Amino acid sequence: MMNQETIEIWRIQVVAIGFSLAVMLFVFELIRRKKLREKYSLVWFGAGIVMIVFSVWRGLLDEVAHFLGVGYAPALLFLVALFFGMVLMIHFSVVISDLTEKNKTLAQDMALLKAELKKMKADERKPS
Amino acid sequence: MVKLLVIIPAYNEEMNIAQVVRSVDETRRILPDTLLDIVVVNDGSADRTLEAAESSGVIVLDLPYNLGIGGAVQTGFRYASEHGYDVAVQIDGDGQHDPEFLPKLIAPILSGTHDVAIGSRFLDSSRAGFQSTFTRRIGIKLFEWINSVIIRQKITDNTSGFRAYNSKTITMLADEYPLDYPEPETVIMLGLRNFRIAEIPVVMKERQGGRSSIGAWVSWFYMVKVLLAIFVNVFKKHR
Repeated sequence: MMNQETIEIWRIQVVAIGFSLAVMLFVFELIRRKKLREKYSLVWFGAGIVMIVFSVWRGLLDEVAHFLGVGYAPALLFLVALFFGMVLMIHFSVVISDLTEKNKTLAQDMALLKAELKKMKADERKPS
Repeated sequence: MVKLLVIIPAYNEEMNIAQVVRSVDETRRILPDTLLDIVVVNDGSADRTLEAAESSGVIVLDLPYNLGIGGAVQTGFRYASEHGYDVAVQIDGDGQHDPEFLPKLIAPILSGTHDVAIGSRFLDSSRAGFQSTFTRRIGIKLFEWINSVIIRQKITDNTSGFRAYNSKTITMLADEYPLDYPEPETVIMLGLRNFRIAEIPVVMKERQGGRSSIGAWVSWFYMVKVLLAIFVNVFKKHR
């Protein structure tokens, strides 16, 4: 027999699973439309899978919460979500740094080539 | 003949650049046996720096957008490296540095005793010329202390952008140079790699016009960024 409390937990489980699936489906769709590179989707899928595992397997959440001394088990879900948020942001910072470096090299290449081209044009105009 | 390249980074220096180029050009008479080329790196200026530099007849490296002083100077190093220059001198585009000191600055490079020469405004006991503002001198003193502990050599003017490098150093810096506020960090980079650094007393002027790239609030960011970079450098892998 289900009491009131079990029904509520069951509801939030469905919402959590549904939300995680929706996010993963959205990420998948972005890759399919070539709006997102596979390389950058991995962290999102990882986060989605972990959230689904915790949502489905309630016992695991309680176990981990008990082990860590977290009184209210669902609060752990927030912690896990926050952790993935942080991982994603650090990942973005790394990607941006990499892009900055490549961007710098590209701009410098362009300046050097422009000067080279200008010199070649000037040499061409001069009768040898 | 020594092939010398003078690199002048310029960001919104339309008022100063022609004069700086002219004063560098005039040093030819005090630099015998030297093949001197001047390159102005236009760091995505919004004003007419590009036109002013081009009409002065020097080589111009025109960056498509603003990279920051380090990115601009490095473009000059890459040019020097590609064209096989023996010595590269970096001199600010705002007229702070007097090119009359060029022969003194490159002397330790030419004689082969040092790889890098830094023009310092604090070495001359008479304290002639522009000594920077009080708060900035505190920062400079802090860099002096930290850097001397790390590289075991006292460098009095870590923020000076008036420097000369030999070809070995040019090759290294063409490959790796900090994007913004590069000067104190470069001292550490080179010191930890056992490049021989000399300091030469020079007299600096207050900027002739335009604005400094480092404002009051930015100074704090500058200090924190550079200190972090110096700290990380100590733990970096050195190739």
